[in-house]
Amino acid sequence: MDQFLAFTVVGLSTAAVYAVIGTGLVVTHATTGVFNFAHGAAGMLSAFAYWQLAVGWGWPVPLALAFVLLVLAPAFGLFVERVLMRPVQALGEAERLVMTVALLTGCIALARWVWDPNTARPLTPFLADRPALRLGPAAVTWHQAITMAVALAIAAALWVLLHRTRAGTEMRASVDDRALAGLTGADPLRATRLAWVLGIQLAAVGGILIAPAVALDAQQLSLLIVSAYTAAVFGRLRSLPLTFLGALVVGLLEAYLAGYLPQNDYLPGLRLAAPALLLFLALLAFPHRRLRGRDRTPVRVPLPTVRGSLLLAGTVVLFALVLVTVLAEDDLLSYGTLFPLGVIALSFVPLAGYTGQISLCQLSIAGIGAVVWGHLGAHGELWALPVAMLVTAAVGALIALPALRLSGIYLALGTAAFAVVLDRWIFTLPAFDVLGVRITFFDQGSVTVSGPDLFGLRLTSPSQLLVLSAVCLALASVGVAALRRGRFGRRLIALRDSEAAYATLGGRLLVTKTAVFALSAGIAGLGGALYGMQLQTVTADQFNLIAGLPIFLIAVIGGLGAVGTGLFTGIAFVLPAQLMSGLGSWVHDVTALLVALAGMGLAHSPSGVLAQMRAEWAPLGRNRPLLCGLLGVLGVCWLLAALDVANGWLLLAIALVTALLLRVRAAAAQRPPTDIPPEWWGVRRPWRSEDGEVLSRATIAAG
Amino acid sequence: MSGPLLELDGIRAAHGGITVLHGVNLAVEEGRVVALLGPNGAGKTTLLSVAAGVHPPSAGRLLLGGRDATGIHPRDLARAGVCLVPQGRGVFPNLSVRDNLRMMTFTGRTHEEIEEIAYARFPVLGTRRAQPAGTLSGGEQQMLALARGIVTDPAVLLLDELSMGLAPLVVAELYELVADIARQGVAVLVVEQFAAAVLKIADHAAVLARGRVQWQGHPDSSLHAELSSYYLGSPI
Repeated sequence: MDQFLAFTVVGLSTAAVYAVIGTGLVVTHATTGVFNFAHGAAGMLSAFAYWQLAVGWGWPVPLALAFVLLVLAPAFGLFVERVLMRPVQALGEAERLVMTVALLTGCIALARWVWDPNTARPLTPFLADRPALRLGPAAVTWHQAITMAVALAIAAALWVLLHRTRAGTEMRASVDDRALAGLTGADPLRATRLAWVLGIQLAAVGGILIAPAVALDAQQLSLLIVSAYTAAVFGRLRSLPLTFLGALVVGLLEAYLAGYLPQNDYLPGLRLAAPALLLFLALLAFPHRRLRGRDRTPVRVPLPTVRGSLLLAGTVVLFALVLVTVLAEDDLLSYGTLFPLGVIALSFVPLAGYTGQISLCQLSIAGIGAVVWGHLGAHGELWALPVAMLVTAAVGALIALPALRLSGIYLALGTAAFAVVLDRWIFTLPAFDVLGVRITFFDQGSVTVSGPDLFGLRLTSPSQLLVLSAVCLALASVGVAALRRGRFGRRLIALRDSEAAYATLGGRLLVTKTAVFALSAGIAGLGGALYGMQLQTVTADQFNLIAGLPIFLIAVIGGLGAVGTGLFTGIAFVLPAQLMSGLGSWVHDVTALLVALAGMGLAHSPSGVLAQMRAEWAPLGRNRPLLCGLLGVLGVCWLLAALDVANGWLLLAIALVTALLLRVRAAAAQRPPTDIPPEWWGVRRPWRSEDGEVLSRATIAAG
Repeated sequence: MSGPLLELDGIRAAHGGITVLHGVNLAVEEGRVVALLGPNGAGKTTLLSVAAGVHPPSAGRLLLGGRDATGIHPRDLARAGVCLVPQGRGVFPNLSVRDNLRMMTFTGRTHEEIEEIAYARFPVLGTRRAQPAGTLSGGEQQMLALARGIVTDPAVLLLDELSMGLAPLVVAELYELVADIARQGVAVLVVEQFAAAVLKIADHAAVLARGRVQWQGHPDSSLHAELSSYYLGSPI
């Protein structure tokens, strides 16, 4: 009984922290309409900042607390509102989601860069020197008591603010209709700012309260948020009392699982994965109109031509050949991951780009592909590759079933929960038997992955594997492009634009969604198998949720609707990190930070960088003489590099400069088309400012 | 009081590069209902947005009680007594009826007073005070939106397409109420496509087409002939 009470006390104090973080999430969502994926990361940064002030620089605790909660957290909240959220306010839910994912990645990278993750940073609980309070048979430490009291006080204060004051009502009104809120004498901007400041402050309180109980680790603290997500989803992202209830359920469940779960190899992971599992169940169990997501402003999906996609495929293979001939053996290993990651990124295109379903677990699915191939294709059996794809496709179809009920941020949440369940529990399982089939994941360590046996030719060297991945990426790109042009692709776009309209036109939502999930999971599985071959040994860490986020971000930056996103993501993910890897180990965090920053720049081109690049390079592509010149220069550079005649960097620089110069030249040479009737202004030729004037004069004259 | 309460003087306005209003003059006096009629795309809603400060005019002046109010933030115009009930449902769908009413406290009345006035005028809202406004029927939502016109004591009430999506009986009822509000000394400018309903209560009517006021005067039989020619597009 005493033991039970002890677990209950621990559970209640954990629940209190989850409640604080969860209410912060609810406040931001209910008052800005943004689901902040980086909410936990903000709490994590606050905990680090608090450590730095109170322990690192030895400030008095109250001063450090006041500085973090009253200066740093509000400043961060205002920064997020001004720099990140305001530009995407008018865009859809997906763009806002990407912003917060970028912020999450950025926060983790920043924390790792500033605070070396290999140093232990203990934080003492509050009032640790005082004896524990005794409430009958239960002992409650002061820290636990403070945590619970803070949670209750915050809950009461927030409820009053949101439901009993005009400022709170203004905050909620601004989400519903910003323009109308302005007409009723409210200042929507002030309401949004207040919401962000409050939300980040709550995250900071939660982060500081929980940090002494767990290790001060960037990733772990940021992912604590999964438990808070679960609490918030219990409250349907709106209700504070229900969020509290959710926090209680999660906190107590974790404590009891820790106490009473039998000790064996299979179940410890379950305890870690329990909040994520519960989140998944909560998403499924709460039928709610708002769970289906709201306002989407679909970005147009470009229609790739046959010629264009073949050209892309050719470019991919050619690029691989260039790499193989130019790079040294050990560089090939690290650069080689470019193509498999490209395949994984390509799996976002049919799912997120065409169908508008955001999945954050593609890399985890790729992990399954890598494991299946690693075990079944240990001796290079080629049949294991399609089997790996089929297994991952089946997993994808499995995800699709719950996904039918969810869309928008809720789907993103559900898939994130799935990824967390996979990497905290499933991937850590030792081998077990199901219906006579032996199932092994990462053998609680690493799995060795070898290259395939291509009809008697065993592919083992890095260059062979690189070319194989490139060919696979090329084929997959052509396949995805063909999908977009075909009947199924049109159906996917129809489904994205309006599920209701699609269903009323006789489309079967279940079948189509399952098919596209399975398809993209299959592509991701192929990418995972190739990634494994390139890495030679894989561990579960390489396929976790956090590792997958940058890939998703870069794919979004490239443009989820474009087939070239695969190649773009591979290049953008691998090249900068490799090019700068000579500079030191901190480069990894900096490149992660760069990715996050680029994601935050998304607001300036929501349809993707690729579309923009395409528009910039198109004149050169149409200009035959200049194009031939460029190809000639590139060919000569390649030849010189391959023969090792000149410095590779110099040649790369020459090639780049030539390409840019020729692009400018081609753009200048392109004659602006004349004789376009006014109806086509802005469509056939760019809209000019003086056109408005001309048109309005014409209408006045006419009417 | 002498002179009109709300006056639009040579208003020109554009959406992007396209000019929608080409110099509109319109005045609304205290206690009068002015109906602004016109076909689709005439610029009626834009004109109301200009009057509420939501859409900045590219030329012309907005006068409020004789004083220049051009370029004032809609929030401050609202506090100065200009109340726009926008097209569609001018309510916050996810806020309860009570919270919607709470948003109307900006003129200084307490929340309790506002609820009392609103429920006295619209008893049906009182029975649904805890319900999210989005779950009310169309007519009830318009009543809630119109409640703003009563409880905030506006000097100028701007109504955009009050009849949209409502049954004719409900529309007639709502316009009776608008006439009532006007009798208390409010200047009311009503934009409406459904001319018959509003003309019963209007003291003055203006027909807007192609961004200009093409006709204005007392709404009598001559207007009907004019109207059909503008709606049906006979030569001008």
